[in-house]
Amino acid sequence: MDALYERPKSLTNRATAYCPGCLHGVATRLIAELIDELDARADTVAVLPVGCGTLGMFHFNTDIVVSPHGRTPAVATGVKRSAPEKLVFSYQGDGDLAAIGLAEIMHAANRGENFTVIFINNGTYGMTGGQMAPTTLVGQKSTTTPEGRNPAETGYPMMMCEILSQLRAPRYIARFSLDCPANVIQAKKGLRKSFELQRAGKGFTFVELLSNCPTNWGLSPLECLEWMRENTMKAFPLGVFRDRED
Amino acid sequence: MEKKFLKGNEAVAEAAILAGCRFFAGYPITPQNEIPEYMARRMPQVGGVFLQGESETASVCMVYGAAAMGKLAMTSSSGPGISLKAEGISTLAGAQLPAVIVNVMRGGPGLGTIQAAQSDYLHATKAMGHGGFRVLVLAPSTVQEAIDLTYKAFGLAVKYQNPAVVLMDGWIGSMMEPVTLPEAKEPVKNAYTGWGTRYYNPSGTDVDVVTSCLLEPDRQELLNIHFGEMYETWARDEVMAEEYMLGDAEYVIVAYGTAARAARTAIGSLREKGVKAGMLRPISLYPFPYDALKRLDKSRVRCILDTEMTLPVQMKDDIRLGVTDAIPVHSCGRSGGVVLTNEDIEDALLRIIEEEGK
Amino acid sequence: MEKKITIAGFGGQGVMAIGQMLGYASCKAGGNALFLPKYGPEQRGGTANCTVTLADVEIGAPESRYVDTLIALNQPSLERFLGAVRPGGLVLLNSSLCRWTGGREDVKLAEIPADDIAREIGSPKVANIVVIGAYIGLSGVLTERQMLDAIEEKLGKRPELLEMNRLALKRGMESATPRT
Ligand SMILES: Cc1ncc(C[n+]2csc(CCOP(=O)(O)OP(=O)(O)O)c2C)c(N)n1
Ligand code: SF4
Ligand SMILES: [Mg+2]
Repeated sequence: MDALYERPKSLTNRATAYCPGCLHGVATRLIAELIDELDARADTVAVLPVGCGTLGMFHFNTDIVVSPHGRTPAVATGVKRSAPEKLVFSYQGDGDLAAIGLAEIMHAANRGENFTVIFINNGTYGMTGGQMAPTTLVGQKSTTTPEGRNPAETGYPMMMCEILSQLRAPRYIARFSLDCPANVIQAKKGLRKSFELQRAGKGFTFVELLSNCPTNWGLSPLECLEWMRENTMKAFPLGVFRDRED
Repeated sequence: MEKKFLKGNEAVAEAAILAGCRFFAGYPITPQNEIPEYMARRMPQVGGVFLQGESETASVCMVYGAAAMGKLAMTSSSGPGISLKAEGISTLAGAQLPAVIVNVMRGGPGLGTIQAAQSDYLHATKAMGHGGFRVLVLAPSTVQEAIDLTYKAFGLAVKYQNPAVVLMDGWIGSMMEPVTLPEAKEPVKNAYTGWGTRYYNPSGTDVDVVTSCLLEPDRQELLNIHFGEMYETWARDEVMAEEYMLGDAEYVIVAYGTAARAARTAIGSLREKGVKAGMLRPISLYPFPYDALKRLDKSRVRCILDTEMTLPVQMKDDIRLGVTDAIPVHSCGRSGGVVLTNEDIEDALLRIIEEEGK
Repeated sequence: MEKKITIAGFGGQGVMAIGQMLGYASCKAGGNALFLPKYGPEQRGGTANCTVTLADVEIGAPESRYVDTLIALNQPSLERFLGAVRPGGLVLLNSSLCRWTGGREDVKLAEIPADDIAREIGSPKVANIVVIGAYIGLSGVLTERQMLDAIEEKLGKRPELLEMNRLALKRGMESATPRT
């Protein structure tokens, strides 16, 4: 009998380290499946951030390098340039990528580094307990915006796909959502495309995945998905922002 | 063999390549710019990687990534940039990765001045970053020694799977002297021996988990205890110091790097005046040569003169630990990039002797 | 033997080249040398200076309060560094651009119209070689042959170039006039 469901070889055999209902789990699994499908487990280096993504240390059954907070694209640059034959991806939260690591992401993109950035946008600093992130929506409450994000004081959500699309070098930039199976399938297609482009040496690829944080949003996993559809996905339009043929 | 006449910064860069370094990332800052500039020309010739990062923070992290892939990697900077690298250096140490960091010191604090100084002794030897780790710190006083110590720093970094720092000043970086270069080593892939894999992926046989994050207090404590034991080994096996005219010395100058050169000249003319001066020159600043100080004959040595290109001097506490207050320790120096001459040192010692006579 | 020489002038006059070439020649001849350029904002005002130490012993201090020789290529350099010459030391002036205005009775003085000689030879660029010739002629620190070996290696072996440099060095050696 064929197995309908198996643990990807690129995942270790352990229970999830993320909170119940957290879409970090879905993203991690998607990536692992894809690595298996590309038969790349032994050739993959996951460059993990500081944030809940660090917990990927427990999960990816691949080479792993954990970066200081936000320097993830710089670490990935060092990794990829030292081992161009590897499939390299950075896995970063919105605090890591769009706040403390903004310089690193802009410059890795601008250099057209040949690795893939997977950007988990959950609108909050999950790991540290729900503070405002650069992607927190206008009016959205966080522990550091108790009255909701007020643009007069803290500006507007940063649209990283749109910002990076101003640069010339990137090869592929796209945003997907993890809110429902249909969108997850789309996200996986985008990830696959990115990995394939990287393998063909085509340069910088960037996949943003709209995600959630049940723990700090204070919603049940299901409510989170509903909330994402009504809020996050309206503020952050899905789509491909860059698909430049050479 | 005819000697080459090389500039300190370029000599250090070439020494790194000869030691098998094949990855360099840096960011411009005076007075070390010739290092990245040289690497930009040289790395492609030897199949290595040169990168100009968007900041010091980024460049040291590029080095971290390269080291995680088993490359011998280096970065260089000066004071303000070294502050920014502190994060990455701590990460390298915590993840148990080798790398070499060159600090071509200038006058501080803050932006300070770009002229040569020895402002970063405390930063380098006590806390190159957060977390209580240590790095090996080697301090050359000639261009030849800058070559030899850079070459050695890679060996030590690999031996201990820990970052090593070459601490020199802007003068050594910019001066030219006759040198001979060591033989070229074949670059080898450094196998990762850090502890991440055993905790995060214990059954993984063909993968490495390179991390400075052990998460569990008891694991982290074990690693920290291991580090402590390693630092003890350094203190036993890796101390380097030069003793110059110490045999009959009544006045002992303790100085490193360029300051030690000025001291050497001062000792020559002090001896002509009948003053029995000598010098202890720490070459490894961490581990510090406490034992050489302990061995000084306390009945003969009248005082020690800590001589540095920084004020207030920074090495004095270490010297006092070495002599346990059995010998008085005075200090002299210049700071902020002002030139320290042999005459400054001679005058300082003669003044102390005069005070003693009163 | 250990000699410290400060060379100072405008940027573009070959200040660093003179210092480096002396150091390089000493090194090539089997001696010791230390070339120390001064970097920093002081360079930006259009002036440049360096100190080179030539020795047959180990070199200690890269910089001392006093030097044995000042080579001043322009007037501001003479004024700035005259006080740093040790009593009995040598001041070598580029008299094409700079004149002695007194101020020290205890130093030896020599003048070389380096730019005029260079123009006579046919290339203003070789003025610094003329200066080097004057210095080695007066000090005896390096021989003409040793200096030429170094120049040939650093500045190239093209026959017409070599001939020009050889001539500049020779003219410098012959034309330096000590004043008392
Ligand atoms: C230099 C530094 N500053 C702050 C922190 C604390 N910190 C850990 S995770 C984090 C935020 C992570 O948020 P995000 O990147 O959005 O990831 P998430 O947990 O939401 O997936 C912060 C600020 C740190 N580890 N290092
Ligand atoms: S804190 Fe939030 S982002 Fe982090 S694992 Fe839990 S739910 Fe996910
Ligand atoms: Mg987040």
